[in-house]
Amino acid sequence: MTLETIGKAVAHDSAELHVQGNATYIDDMREPDGTVHVAPSYAKLGARGKITKLDLSAVRNSAGVIAVLTAKDIPAKNDCSPTLGDDPIFAESEIQFHGQVIFAVVAKTRDIARRAALLATIEIAQETPAVTVHDALKEAKPDLLTPYAFKKGNVAKTIKSSTHRISGSFDIGGQEHFYLEGQIAFAIPGEQGAMLVHSSTQHPTEIQHSVAAMLGVDDAKITAECRRMGGGFGGKESQATQWACLAALAAHKTGRPAKCRLDRDDDMIMTGKRHDFHVEYAAAFDKTARITAVDVNLMARCGYSADLSNAICDRAMFHADNTYFYPAYNIATRRLKTNTVSNTAFRGFGGPQGILFAEQMMQAIAIRTGIDALEVRKRNLYARGRDVTPYGQKLRDNISADVIAQLEKTSSYAKRRKEIASYNNTSKILKKGLALTPVKFGISFTFTQMNQAGALVHVYADGSVHLNHGGTEMGQGLYVKVAQVVAQVFGIALEHVAITATTTGKVPNTSPTAASSGTDLNGMAAANAAKIIKDRMAAHAAKIWNVAKSKIVFANGKVKAGRKSMSFAELAKATKESKISLSSTGFYFTPEIHWDRATGTGMPFYYFAYGASCSEVLIDTMTGEMKVTRVDILHDVGRSLNPAIDIGQIEGGFVQGLGWLTTEELVYDAKGVLRTHAPSTYKIPCASDVPEDFRVALYKSKGNVMDTIYRSKAVGEPPLMLPISVWCAVMDAVSSIKPGVVPKLNAPATPENILRAVQSL
Amino acid sequence: MNALEFMRRGELVRIEKFAPDTMLLEYLRLTEKSKGTKEGCNEGDCGACTVVLGTPDNGRVRYQAVNACILLLSQIHGKELITVDDLARGGILHPVQQAMVDAHASQCGFCTPGFVMSLFSLAHENRKITRQDVVEQIAGNLCRCTGYRPIIDAGLAACDSADDHWHKAQAEMCTKLRAIQGDLFVGDAHSFFAAPSTSEALADLCATYPEATIVSGCTDVGLWINKQMRAQPKIIYTGAAQDFAQIVDHGDHLSIGAGATYEDAFEAFGKISPDLSGLLRRIGARQVRASGTIGGNIANGSPIGDMPPALIALGATLYLRHGKSERAMKLEDFFIAYGKQDRKPGELVWRIDVPKAKSNQIFNCAKITKRRDDDISAVMGAFLFTIENEKIVAARIAYGGMAGTPKRATKTEAALIGKTPQEAMHIVLDDFEPLSDMRASAEYRSTVANALLHKALMQAAGETDLQVHI
Repeated sequence: MTLETIGKAVAHDSAELHVQGNATYIDDMREPDGTVHVAPSYAKLGARGKITKLDLSAVRNSAGVIAVLTAKDIPAKNDCSPTLGDDPIFAESEIQFHGQVIFAVVAKTRDIARRAALLATIEIAQETPAVTVHDALKEAKPDLLTPYAFKKGNVAKTIKSSTHRISGSFDIGGQEHFYLEGQIAFAIPGEQGAMLVHSSTQHPTEIQHSVAAMLGVDDAKITAECRRMGGGFGGKESQATQWACLAALAAHKTGRPAKCRLDRDDDMIMTGKRHDFHVEYAAAFDKTARITAVDVNLMARCGYSADLSNAICDRAMFHADNTYFYPAYNIATRRLKTNTVSNTAFRGFGGPQGILFAEQMMQAIAIRTGIDALEVRKRNLYARGRDVTPYGQKLRDNISADVIAQLEKTSSYAKRRKEIASYNNTSKILKKGLALTPVKFGISFTFTQMNQAGALVHVYADGSVHLNHGGTEMGQGLYVKVAQVVAQVFGIALEHVAITATTTGKVPNTSPTAASSGTDLNGMAAANAAKIIKDRMAAHAAKIWNVAKSKIVFANGKVKAGRKSMSFAELAKATKESKISLSSTGFYFTPEIHWDRATGTGMPFYYFAYGASCSEVLIDTMTGEMKVTRVDILHDVGRSLNPAIDIGQIEGGFVQGLGWLTTEELVYDAKGVLRTHAPSTYKIPCASDVPEDFRVALYKSKGNVMDTIYRSKAVGEPPLMLPISVWCAVMDAVSSIKPGVVPKLNAPATPENILRAVQSL
Repeated sequence: MNALEFMRRGELVRIEKFAPDTMLLEYLRLTEKSKGTKEGCNEGDCGACTVVLGTPDNGRVRYQAVNACILLLSQIHGKELITVDDLARGGILHPVQQAMVDAHASQCGFCTPGFVMSLFSLAHENRKITRQDVVEQIAGNLCRCTGYRPIIDAGLAACDSADDHWHKAQAEMCTKLRAIQGDLFVGDAHSFFAAPSTSEALADLCATYPEATIVSGCTDVGLWINKQMRAQPKIIYTGAAQDFAQIVDHGDHLSIGAGATYEDAFEAFGKISPDLSGLLRRIGARQVRASGTIGGNIANGSPIGDMPPALIALGATLYLRHGKSERAMKLEDFFIAYGKQDRKPGELVWRIDVPKAKSNQIFNCAKITKRRDDDISAVMGAFLFTIENEKIVAARIAYGGMAGTPKRATKTEAALIGKTPQEAMHIVLDDFEPLSDMRASAEYRSTVANALLHKALMQAAGETDLQVHI
């Protein structure tokens, strides 16, 4: 087969629109006459307690206010939870976190609605909130969700009897998504109870379902649509729903189009974040630093409700091994309830925290034993005979040793290790650190039934193609990749494939665009739809030319059989005229995978994505300031569908993870109030945080060993964990002050946390 | 004049009625319905709303990127307004836009218009640019998707020069902008926007309307309006009075008009100390530095503003003006307590005189933040040591972030006298009892403030072989 579009560095389908400001986000849509605006609000004082007073009369009487909505206004179900039914759209009798929505103002303008919301009188019988993991552990209440563990061997005994052992504890901070486009939804009422909801969401089906359940109507009455998001990163997987419900409720109450767009501060206060964890562990190893047993407890701040915390904490467990073989283990998790916003999906979905634990442990063992950290890592890698994970999945595609070996060479690890040692010998205040860390990330939703997708493809009589599928575009380039797949199947130019907005009206019952699965699932579904149509067209061409169907080839905009040839458009027209359908749905589900959570065994992941990075840092031991001076990355995307898009995911994921591990710090005060709710106080990386010396390469792959779309690999989440090498390099730099002593470094490695680590020696 | 006037897409726009606290972004998106410019944070920290303003400058037009979300609509009086919607002409992308496409520099695309406009203004500086120039230019533009590398590449590819429509039309545009002249007053005594064109008129107006909000860059007042929802019915804008922004070099000291922006002051401050220009590069980002003023940073009394500690250490004198009467004070005396300054209603922060360090003086300053660029200080320290016969004979030390106001460390200053810098290194700073907040703990602030003192002493001791700062 000639490769026309697959593997090409094609630009993002909206690139030219982006640079002109012409790409339409929901707030850019022309508002129909009479559109109303919704501003949700909450109790400014209080994070936990009964609502003792709710006086909204001044809000109602404010000029320009059309309605004030509370729980009483909801026709059916007051819930927007993705799982357990524990996320009220409006708090009714009590609040469980600071920022929980109690009412919403509907007004002629957004400005009027926001000003009016300030006039509410709300009183809370304030109880002391459980804010941190440590607070939650102190409260004698059951955990939010049942603890869960993977266990094998007599871990306690192995550790106790080992001459070489290590223990440690550290905190891993959460992370605000900081999608540049804040949460927004725009609901337009239709006939006979129908409603079209434009939502900036990764999960249109859930928007559809939650709005229908709230209004007490059939799902079929509600259509949820999303052309593009201005970033998602997991923050719009389950937590776009509440705002869509509010817009829909306002539209339902007023009969007018209604828009709900959160102010940035409200967005940061009212929506969940990456889970922060407290980690405690002990491990035993042999005299070569090879691990013999690991006992770890990963304790997560889930917030006030379940949201996706169960699956997130599970994924932390699934990644607590990273690329390393543990002969005996107790990988335990606690899922703790706090009076904070419900933490949610964020790129990596618990995986980053699990891997950070594994890498902290490797770094600590290296510091303790005096063996170079890279050598410790290599000795512990999965290998033949040591290739079964703590969840019973045997690795079939393990390339971590090769990825590491290649990067070690191209990054000149050994040479720089020596240079850094000599620099540190002479530099009194500033110290350098170096670390090379691998990543192995499991691809598939661990809730197995979610690994399915649908697509809808039409071929028009002029040979142009309409493409629709269940995946959403949040900037990751899913739309263009799937369009490349369809163009490839039909052998036509990419420009003839029209990309269209994701809508529940075209493809139903979809899974969220999450778990890095977008291209794997939707690419296959769209390819299947296209192949069905192509098969019909091929059959028709075979009939016209009186040749075997197997002789028909689609390539370069033409359909050929030997010397016979016509354009794709000509065949489309001929097929239509012969009363044959040129439209098809396509469906796909991931084969082979299975998972039994009760026994903790199965094959939850179809395959793994691998990568490694090597980072060098410079720290100031008097102030804790830090600079990343060089980063080398080698990452495996299988056979790349689009190298430009894939490199973009790798670099972008790296920098986002860099923020999580360095500058991004969520600070809650003792009252449970988030103090970092704007970019003035919450610092995501900016351009100067990216090292000038930043070398990124794709691993030369022969293709995914599993039968994925054109043998590519998922790339959305795995790169987020590459900057763990930066954090480990900071540990390396700090430990140079006092070799043999493991510094106590928490994540993020802010200047303050780095200085504390220095002081801990 | 009684109407707002500015140039937009080659045409003069005239607006006679508007709420004085209308923000430019609000005007663009809701009134003009130009949707290219995005709202990311509505507080001037993400840059998604970046637009470019053209100001007449010696027959040319000076193009500067600013944040439309924290800029009053009326601040563009007499300027040319360019937004991302304007750049492509006749279906052809602007070179900056094309470079962004070619470099795969957009993913979700929401921040992209802001980056395009920041790079557009850099291109119009028409100089050979380096990677560092691009990085500095876009430090105030946040992107959550790309990791910046492709955006930096696009900047390097397209920003060395701008041979575009705007460059070619500069002289003509300059003439049109120059024609918009005179004192502006729109509204009535109950609700108005006023922009006097001379400092004398400005001082008079402030005295006449002591209850009015005096706005310079609006980088702080913008937050009162957008986030605290505080209505500002009467606004006196200082930015139209060019003589209010003058910087005069008197040889032994600089005299800085309160209306001088950080950008305006950059070169002059560089003459005092490279540390000072280094500090300026880390205050806000270019959008904020193009708008924010030295005087505004003093007048708002922020305990974490970066300029006051540096200026206090240098021994700056502050001049205040009420109508025709002027008074002077040491800058440190202006800051009485948190939220309280020695400024009467109707009185203007007028001018700051900053002595240059003498040959026997060593000045340095440093700021500590979570993120290097565009972040507010946890601690900022500034140090001026006068050294004679290897001994410290005078010391001026001021900190930000350590108290409710920018403040001198007088106890420590006294303790240093008569010691060599090496001898002074055992002295522990204990002038302050800082607070814990989201930027740092009290403990960290104390430790690091002390570290900055010791680093300053090391530098004063001439330990040149020692790398003291990253």
